[in-house]
Amino acid sequence: MNRGLFRGRGLQIYTWLVIAWLVVPIAVMILFGFNDTRGRFNTTWQGFTFKWYGQLFEIGDLTQALVNSLLIAVLTMVIAGVLGSLIGLALGRYRFRGAALLTLVMFAAISCAEIVMGASLHSLFITLGVPEGFPTIVVAHVMFSISFVAVTVRARVMTLDTSLEEAARDLGANTWETFRLVTLPMIFPGVLAGSMLAFALSIDDFVITNFTAGSTVTFPLWIWGVTRVGIPPQVNVMGTLIFAGGLLIAVGNIIAARRRRA
Amino acid sequence: MNDFRNQDPALLRGMTQRRLGRRDAFRLAGLSAAGLALAACGVQGKRVAKPSSSAQAQSAVQQYWSGKVKNGHVDFANWPLYMDPKQPELKQFTDQTGITVTYKEVIQENAGWFAKIQPLLAAGQSIDYDLMVVTNGIQFTQLVELGYLVPLDHGKLPNFAANAGARYKNESYDPGNVYSIPWASGMTGIAYNPKYVDTPPTSYSALWDPKYKGKVGMMADSQEIGNFGMFLLGIDPEKSTPADWEKAAAKLKEQRDAGIVRKYYDQGYVDPLGKGDIWLCQAWSGDIFQKNISEGTDLQFVIPDEGATIWTDNMMIPKTAANPVDAITLMDFFYDPKVAGGLAEYINYVTPVPAAQAVIKSDADAASGDDKKTLTEIADSPLVFPSDADYAKLRSYRNFKNTDEQKQYENIFQAITTA
Amino acid sequence: MRTLRARLTPYALIFPGGLWLAIFFVVPTVVMLSLSLQSGNVVDGFAFTFNWHSYVDGVTTYHDQIVRSLLYGLAATVIQIVIGFPVAYWIAFKGANRKSVYLFLVLLPFLVSFVLRTISWQYLLSDNGILLGPLRDAGLLPQDFRILATPAAVIGGLSYNFLPFMILPMYVALERIDPRLLEAAQDLYASRVQTFLRVVLPLSLPGVFAGVLMTFVPASSDYVNASVLGGTNTTMIGNVIQNQYLINQDYPIAAAMSFTLMAVLLVGIFAYARALGTEDVLEVAAR
Repeated sequence: MNRGLFRGRGLQIYTWLVIAWLVVPIAVMILFGFNDTRGRFNTTWQGFTFKWYGQLFEIGDLTQALVNSLLIAVLTMVIAGVLGSLIGLALGRYRFRGAALLTLVMFAAISCAEIVMGASLHSLFITLGVPEGFPTIVVAHVMFSISFVAVTVRARVMTLDTSLEEAARDLGANTWETFRLVTLPMIFPGVLAGSMLAFALSIDDFVITNFTAGSTVTFPLWIWGVTRVGIPPQVNVMGTLIFAGGLLIAVGNIIAARRRRA
Repeated sequence: MNDFRNQDPALLRGMTQRRLGRRDAFRLAGLSAAGLALAACGVQGKRVAKPSSSAQAQSAVQQYWSGKVKNGHVDFANWPLYMDPKQPELKQFTDQTGITVTYKEVIQENAGWFAKIQPLLAAGQSIDYDLMVVTNGIQFTQLVELGYLVPLDHGKLPNFAANAGARYKNESYDPGNVYSIPWASGMTGIAYNPKYVDTPPTSYSALWDPKYKGKVGMMADSQEIGNFGMFLLGIDPEKSTPADWEKAAAKLKEQRDAGIVRKYYDQGYVDPLGKGDIWLCQAWSGDIFQKNISEGTDLQFVIPDEGATIWTDNMMIPKTAANPVDAITLMDFFYDPKVAGGLAEYINYVTPVPAAQAVIKSDADAASGDDKKTLTEIADSPLVFPSDADYAKLRSYRNFKNTDEQKQYENIFQAITTA
Repeated sequence: MRTLRARLTPYALIFPGGLWLAIFFVVPTVVMLSLSLQSGNVVDGFAFTFNWHSYVDGVTTYHDQIVRSLLYGLAATVIQIVIGFPVAYWIAFKGANRKSVYLFLVLLPFLVSFVLRTISWQYLLSDNGILLGPLRDAGLLPQDFRILATPAAVIGGLSYNFLPFMILPMYVALERIDPRLLEAAQDLYASRVQTFLRVVLPLSLPGVFAGVLMTFVPASSDYVNASVLGGTNTTMIGNVIQNQYLINQDYPIAAAMSFTLMAVLLVGIFAYARALGTEDVLEVAAR
């Protein structure tokens, strides 16, 4: 069946043009990871090479920044994943006083301008004399990720049938057993999706991190710092590898979804 | 960037609906009150009194350094383009002393760096670095006023005593080198790309020339850009008054509003200059030299006839440093003429060690071909070894009497750069 | 006992996360408000003095930047709707069984760091770069033509960076439209244009509305695009806040501007929601 009003040949070309526009900067990034540049200014094409893949970890601070970013993202994923899932479960399953307030605060956190969140956290830390660094970055990332996890998990919880849990209890399972054996497996796709979202938000965050990092440097902050003297090709290579990793996970997801449908 | 990757209509409803009951409003207010109580305490500053006598200063030095020992490691925070990326000097230092060095190019601007470390130092926390390089100027003065710097034990600086040039032993911003010794000096002048600029600029007025509309880069730093405006008007920045600042700002505003300035840069002007995005700009002497070496570009640097700004970047130890003995050992190491010579050969900034000139000359004699030519040029370069006549044309930043005066200055020039 | 426990369960569940949000989201906002009312400087410290002047001074000094931010945000949002709507439409109606693939392609930029993407544009748009260089050499552009360091570059960067947030909700709304509605309209002799204007467009509005909310806030509060792609007279309020907090350490002005930005955005969102009659549109979206 031909849906829609227009035949769509032109629209199809248009869509592909927009997608091309979206992808151009990524292509440039990947390409310049293969540039045989000699100086520290990787801006003119000088020939094809694989050497930067071999010298990926030559720049100590860059590697450290990437490790920091990954550690922060994993910690955020775990902490925000757990705390957010608990909130999502409560909001999706129970009616209780204060739920509206909590929802409002979460929506405010989601829709708040990042710079405002970063600025307020920075205000808090300088007022209390809390030294900024790795821990404060984690605190900040968990803060802005919790709401996203909670919303994702709540959506999952709301689609669930409570009769399975009732059945488990009727069969003699206690609260914890019911949770562990029935509820958790059922909401797990939501928890996983929410946690992965938290990971993605954390690893790419620049603005809030910039306000809470002190002298700790993450991958985006490092890139930001070296823009003034030229970005070494290793950054392009790391960007490419992160891109490829995300691509693999996403493609895997799409294929898995297809298979389930088939 | 806010990520709204999952689309939840309920989320939007929550954002736009009035759902908050009165009870909730009270709860929110209670929480806010708690926050306010906590916030009312303010942000602490800690101005410290200057030592009033040399005996007092001496005892401060003794008090700090007694019991401090070598730990075998030092964390060094410096600016980009300030050392050969292969770090030969640091390797030599480790071979010689057994002290390992972690070198990071984390300082991109004085104010930004100060803002980053100030809250940590105020809380008495480590900034993760034992040694850092800060320019003479507003932030250096604040570091001293707040007591954030370690008074140096000159007994541990024999090379400095023996080899530092007289000029660098008596800088007005730190008389007697109580807290700092110079890393390198440099000039802020005009850099241009000869591919686009046919006549070498000789005056600041070149930066106001309408034929370079949209192709001129200026610096965002208020001390740097302020000095340029004053040089153009023939005002000595060191002796300038607030009225002079206003006059200079008016000139700079004119330059901006005529569309001549493309952008106000931090150190990021180097790359656009090479690419031709800008044709001429405010620049630091050594940056241009290093860009040419690493990229094979042919950028030029000139000191205009009106004179230029000279600044000194200084090594210093923050008071919360974990390895002060290792840090001061490294500071002194850079005053070995051989080391200073090697460093100057690469970075092409003014070295505070005059004896380095002989070292570079003998390196030149030993070299051949292009290397020989380059090294000879460096040894004779007024940008690395300025003559007294050169120095006579150079001016420092304005020293400020107090924070109010400094704020006034910053406000005048930031109104230009952040419009 | 059991009922009490059941009643307490949700509170136990929300406690840790709720506390986290309270301490690190709600309280800091109040602290920032307090900071904006303090006076002092870094060397002597800051003290609470009910100093309203930060707001007055800030708005006087930076009203251009505030207005510019809102205009840039608005421009980027409109551009995103214009660019994104046909894409969302095509994927929703013609994407067939490849919809998820197309959506994935639209989301690809999110796999690359935001900062890196923006810097990539700086490279691409450079005056003698791979886009403009050849065009100028071929005589197609005037000699002094440039994109980088102009408002167009900043708005373009903002549009690029947040476009997927616009396409996604519009797609969701369009995807929900029952194709039988279109058939019905055509059976009743509505022309294609009429059908589009009378049926598709109204039904897609909730998605457009959601997209605007999701792109306007981050676009108008951004400072990365303005500092990487902008030039003179392109400073946004985000740059001012960043600069005052992290460079100048003039905390009261910084906090006052940050608070002002938050207030302006909130008022804008609520006014916008009211004008469009949120309830109705969102009910549609919720279905």
